[in-house]
Amino acid sequence: MSEGRVRKELMGIYAVWWREFKVFQREKSRIVSSIVQPLMWLFLFGSGVGASVSVNDINYQDYIYPGILAMLVLFGSVYFGLYIVWDRKLDVLKAILVAPVSRISIFMGKVLGGCTDVTLQIIVLFLFSFLFPSINPWGIPLALLLLFITSIALVSMGLALGSLFESLEGFQVISAFLIFPLFFLSGALFPVDDKLPFWLQGLVKLNPLTYTVDGVRGVLLNVNIFPFYVDFIVITFFAVTMFLLGSVLFSRMK
Amino acid sequence: MVIIKTNALTKSYGKIQAVRNIDLSIEKGEIFGLLGPNGAGKTTTIGMLCTIVRPTSGSALIAGYDVIKEPAQVRRKVGIVFQDPTLDTVLTGQENLELHARLYGVPSDIREKRITEMLELVDLKQRSNDITRTYSGGMRRRLELARGLLHRPAVLFLDEPTLGLDPQTRARIWEYIKKMAQMEQTTVVLTTHYMEEAEQVCDRVGIIDHGRIIALNSPENLKESMGGDMVVIRVKEPPLEKIRALPYVSEVKENEGTLEIITKEAHLHLAEILSMIKDVQCVEMRVPTLNDVFIKLTGRDIREDSIEDSGSWVDSVARYRQRGS
Repeated sequence: MSEGRVRKELMGIYAVWWREFKVFQREKSRIVSSIVQPLMWLFLFGSGVGASVSVNDINYQDYIYPGILAMLVLFGSVYFGLYIVWDRKLDVLKAILVAPVSRISIFMGKVLGGCTDVTLQIIVLFLFSFLFPSINPWGIPLALLLLFITSIALVSMGLALGSLFESLEGFQVISAFLIFPLFFLSGALFPVDDKLPFWLQGLVKLNPLTYTVDGVRGVLLNVNIFPFYVDFIVITFFAVTMFLLGSVLFSRMK
Repeated sequence: MVIIKTNALTKSYGKIQAVRNIDLSIEKGEIFGLLGPNGAGKTTTIGMLCTIVRPTSGSALIAGYDVIKEPAQVRRKVGIVFQDPTLDTVLTGQENLELHARLYGVPSDIREKRITEMLELVDLKQRSNDITRTYSGGMRRRLELARGLLHRPAVLFLDEPTLGLDPQTRARIWEYIKKMAQMEQTTVVLTTHYMEEAEQVCDRVGIIDHGRIIALNSPENLKESMGGDMVVIRVKEPPLEKIRALPYVSEVKENEGTLEIITKEAHLHLAEILSMIKDVQCVEMRVPTLNDVFIKLTGRDIREDSIEDSGSWVDSVARYRQRGS
């Protein structure tokens, strides 16, 4: 590829990212609700359960804080990706797809746009971290990195699924059979140890999101099952796989 | 200079041939209309020319680039306004154009100037910072025209640019199309099933039916090929043979009490024709329209497929009088 060609593709990626960022800025009610929901998990659910439960001598609210961060990344990213079904229905995407920019670049712009959305929401949640005394603030940058990589994986997954579906009916199915199981089986709300039934332990360890929760919990609370490098490698592998799969499916999309 | 050249361009969907062996040659700066009823293959043809639809066989060159082998170069050279609106309704008018300018690699130093220029051309500068969701149908179309021309394409494709708009707005959109084509010196290829509108805008038209081009010429020449003016008379018992015998009459048809006569210089001969007929209920005299040409070629009225009517016959007579005097 010539230098001019590369520059044009980069400008295309930036253009798509820029569009997503504008949309993000406009939809303020969506941002507020996407941040209020995890806060409710932390303060309503967390303090309710926390009244009678603590894990490894850590307050339950503090214990699930990394899990709720992962939940925000999960829901925010996958729904962002699935949103292209709607874009396609409204023909918004059509004008972008006929531009002289490769599909891969459009896909990359979309992924980066989704990751930016989610990362900004995560940063807002981090602003509340001082309310959770066990959280180590020095772990936040590393936690942010892990969550960002996870977001690349999950936005790609959402886009991959979105390019397969023609209608919005698939939303419910994906929510029920993919997003919720991924959340519940990630150890976000409970510790993954030998007290868990054997089958549940197996499923949890197959879930890539488990490694995000574990890694973030490791850097923020110093509680983990796997060494950090294992979490990091698994998540990165997950992101690369999903990114490649997503870009292939997105390129084939009609 | 030829800017679009197709050679036996064909598209099949399974066993159905949507477009069959189309040979077109369009000159730079021309406004070319593809006319035909819904489902005739207009959109598929345009789709192939701007690389959205892959041809089954045949070839097409746009500004010297092959649509099959060099789709990226072709895309850079064309602007497209789709039949269905594709504006980003979350963004403002200005932002829609900014997005497009970046996607088409318009250099940043001329981007702002070019966007302002195009917004002014379609009279949307005042509203450029409003979200396009608040625009009317006509405004959205105008913004799409501006967007289509933003990157100075060699060819602008317009697929049914006036579909779904009210008659007044449609007339304005055509004015904008003419003005922009002239100012930007762009070749325009459009599809429409509004024959009367195409007549006023297009330098040349291709009439397409069942995926085939069945006539290709300027609107004037096509109408002249009808062999004269149209006289339509509603009458119970038409003396068909007597009228046919008149030297200036070239064609006579009768259909359920409606007599259709094609004659030279109808205004000179109308009185004599009418004198031969008893109980005339209604008379219409007009210059043939492209719709008449279409009926003659296909045996069908293009409007059978669409809801809108082209206006009453009284309008046609009035128009005829204006031209005739």
